[in-house]
Formats: sequence, C-alpha cells, structure tokens
Amino acid sequence: MRAFSVLLRLGLFKVRFMASYSTNEFKNGLKLILNGDPCSITENILVKPGKGQAFNRVKMKNLKTGRTIEKTYKSGESVEAADVIDIDVEFLYSDGELWHFMDPATFEQYGATETAMADCANWVKGQEPCTMTLWNGEPLLVTPPNFVELTITETDPGLKGDTAQGGNKPATLETGAVVKVPLFIEIGEVLKIDTRTGEYVSRVKD
Amino acid sequence: MSVHHWQAIADIDVMQHRARMLQSIRAFFAASDVLEVDTPSLSAAAVTDLHIESFATRMRQQTCYLQTSPEYPMKRLLASGFPSIYQICKVYRREEAGVFHNPEFNLLEWYRLAFDYRQLMTEVGVLLQQLSADAGQKIDCIELSYQQAFMQAVQLDPLNTTVEDCRQCCLQRQIEIPQGISEHDLDEWLDWILTQAVAVNFSTQAYTLLYDYPASQCALAKISDDGLRAERFEVFYGELELANGFTELTDATEQRQRFAADNQKRKKAGLLPMPVDEHFLAALEAGLPECAGVAIGLERLLMVLTAKTRLSEVMAFPFSRA
Repeated sequence: MRAFSVLLRLGLFKVRFMASYSTNEFKNGLKLILNGDPCSITENILVKPGKGQAFNRVKMKNLKTGRTIEKTYKSGESVEAADVIDIDVEFLYSDGELWHFMDPATFEQYGATETAMADCANWVKGQEPCTMTLWNGEPLLVTPPNFVELTITETDPGLKGDTAQGGNKPATLETGAVVKVPLFIEIGEVLKIDTRTGEYVSRVKD
Repeated sequence: MSVHHWQAIADIDVMQHRARMLQSIRAFFAASDVLEVDTPSLSAAAVTDLHIESFATRMRQQTCYLQTSPEYPMKRLLASGFPSIYQICKVYRREEAGVFHNPEFNLLEWYRLAFDYRQLMTEVGVLLQQLSADAGQKIDCIELSYQQAFMQAVQLDPLNTTVEDCRQCCLQRQIEIPQGISEHDLDEWLDWILTQAVAVNFSTQAYTLLYDYPASQCALAKISDDGLRAERFEVFYGELELANGFTELTDATEQRQRFAADNQKRKKAGLLPMPVDEHFLAALEAGLPECAGVAIGLERLLMVLTAKTRLSEVMAFPFSRA
C-alpha cells in the first residue's frame, strides 16, 4: 500500500477509482464526494419508523471549504467515495499562510491550508508526527497525534498545595491555544493535551 | 477502541428503575389476568416486512432467523385456545443502530382477546400513565388520527394524496427531500413527512396515540370497512416512537396474500424474499379468535421514564460495547 501510494503521488501511473459506499457503511470520518467536493461524515443519524422506510440523516464537513452540510439519503443508497490516501508526515514550520509538512519516507513536502489545519493548528509546534489526508495529491486534512506535550507560556499564578480542590483556570500554550487547567499549574510547566477533545490530561514530569 | 469500553454505560439507578418498571408491568398484567408466556426466538420462518431485516444463522443444514417480534408464535398460542397473553422478550433487527436504535432490544408484546384497537389503545394509555406515575411523572394521553395529525401539521390528507402532492408539500415547507426517495411509493413519502414534519409537533408532555393508519401501511392489521384505513395505532412520546398495535387480521387467505405481496416488494427492492411462517398461517386457518395486540419498545420507554435522551444511556452495553 505504502509503495503503491508513493507511486501514485509521484504520478508514475494514474488510476481512477469509482468506489462508492452504501449508507449502511456510513460512520464518522468516512470520506465522500458531494457536488464534486470531498466531505467527511461528522454525524450519521438513522431515521426509521418501526415499520417504515429508513433514512440516513448525515452531517458532513466539506473538506475544501470547512463548511458543514446536512443531507439525507434513503437507506441503501450509494454515494461516491472520495479517493483519498492517508500518509504519515512531520510538521516543519508555518509561514503564516501555509503549514509545511514533510513525508519522512520520501522527503516530499506538502503545504496545508488553514482549512486543512482546522483541527490541527492549535496543537503543533514542530516535528510532531501527524496524519495527512491527500485528495488528488493535495493536502485536504491534517490530523494531529491524539496526545501532544506543550509548555505553558501564560496563566495566573499557581495555588501552592492546591492539588485536591476542584476549579480550573485558562492557560495559554506555546502554540497560542488556550486550555483549561487545574489551579495548581504554573507557567513553564509542560502539559499533556488530548487533541481530540482539547482537554488537559496531566503534567509531564521532567 | 478505548480501554474503558468494558464498562457499563447505564447508571445503576437506571437499572434499578428498569427493574421496578418490569415489576410494575408484571403486576399490571397479573391484576388483569393476562398470562405471561415464552415463545422461541429462533425459527425457520421470518418476517416478510419490506422494512425489517432479520438476522440469519444456521442450525445443522437449516437456515434459521432470529425473531424481530414474537407476533407469529403468540398468535399461534391464541389459536390454540390460550387466554389473553403477554411476553417480555429480546428481539433482533439487522441494520438498525443509532441514537434511538439498537440491533437487539426488549419488547413487551401483548394480545387481548375480544378487544379492538381502540380498546387496546385505552389499556396502553392506562399502563403508560401508571408507569409514569411510578416515576413521579404526570403524563397525559392524546388520541389523534393519522389524518388529523397530517392535516394539522402540513395540511395534507394522507388518505387521499399522491407522491406529487407530498413533493410539493416538502418543497413549500422546506422539508429536505432525501436522495433516492421513491418516485412511486407513497408510503415512503408519508413515512418521511411523518418523521420530519408531523411527529416533531407531538407534545413532549404527553403520550400521543396516533391511530387509523393508511390501509397501505396495514402490516398485520385489519382494514376498515371503507378500505381506507388500517385498524392500527402507534404511541409516541414527543417524536419518539414507543409502540405499535393493531386489531389483528384473522383472515388466513388475506394474510397469505399480504406475505406474498411483501415478498414481491422485497424482490423489487433487491432484497431476499423470506420464508413465510406456515405454522402461523395454519393457525389462522384453524381460527384465530378476534383480538388486538401491541408491542412496546422497553428501552425507549425506560428512556422516557428516566428522562434520558439516548438509548445507550439506558442500556448496560449498547451494540458499540457489546
């Protein structure tokens, strides 16, 4: 698969798949083509009277525009699958317009737009291994690792010894993202963050 | 797959509520002399309904199906001379999973000899209100005909309409038209409008008993003398469908024709025809007494009684963790 996708990206041969998905394969993250644009399913609701026709009410994110679309299909319908490939990349740097990544296997570089970075830009500072979804060779979506470690650059002073009490405060991370942290956390500490929820997980001990 | 997925989702207090609900149901039927029964969930015959898919498995050389409802064997009991009966059992429906669907769930199904659907609706209302009262809720029952409900919500007469009328109704009211919806099957359109524009108006403080379905949606119900309506009802809480009941069809010849028509529709839709239940048809030929029957989805009812919003919140292990 790996060698195959490399060949595809190098354009050594062009293959056009017209794969499709049936509504009963729908699940979050599945990539479809709608009105010519690649979309990713974010919600799939089964509408079905006990003795009646089933429908799938689907929410999708248009991966080119970032817009959310709602669409309903009669269950059993087929929808064109988006011909996408996921590759492993490392974050290099951002030039203010594009975020640049490198495929460590081929050293090939890719520039991802703000839309493609929507779920990722908050969590990367450099060298993180990310997953990049390519469509027609273009970066469509970058997914950060599930967990990242980032340093706090700004937060209210920590409350000494207050490790048991509840409550939290905002803290700014070195990437600019703001997360809620427990009151005892101090500037300069390294935190483990779950990028899927944007939530603080723990402190990282040196 | 998270390592935490071995844990139950429903809280212990929901399971305690479930246990009390089952006790109340059994006490209700004991007090009215309705007998609890048990019938097989595995059979060589299966439901022929176009919109209900059975799980298939094998027993020796025989293909068998898991029940999607205990309807056929319970009617065989009635034809064998049993009195009014009820059953609480697991049923299985393939391809049904979601916020309000789980491929296996519990049904409470009961049959009342010499009742018609309107009498059974009254009894369903009494049971539901009693279970709600046990949960500290005061919930009314509203009876509404399928025709009234459509007229009130979308000014469409479902007993006298066409696919084109339904399409115009959707366009005017900005109801999305699903991709792939049939150009000739009116019931698909009525199902869609019911879920999107009619049931959404049902009170969230009441059980709505919707009755007199179009004859084309009769399933196993008797059809009215004028041929327009099925003696069928459903119960909703808000827009959540809880129950379905009929005055039961007792005519063996018509039942056989309906099974055959179902299988024709299945073939047209690219689905496998299902083996019809010959034991059930033989029981109808021997004589099924006049009766009415209803089935209530117990997980959905428990959602209502515990004010939960997802089926998974009232199940220890929904399918995603099964």
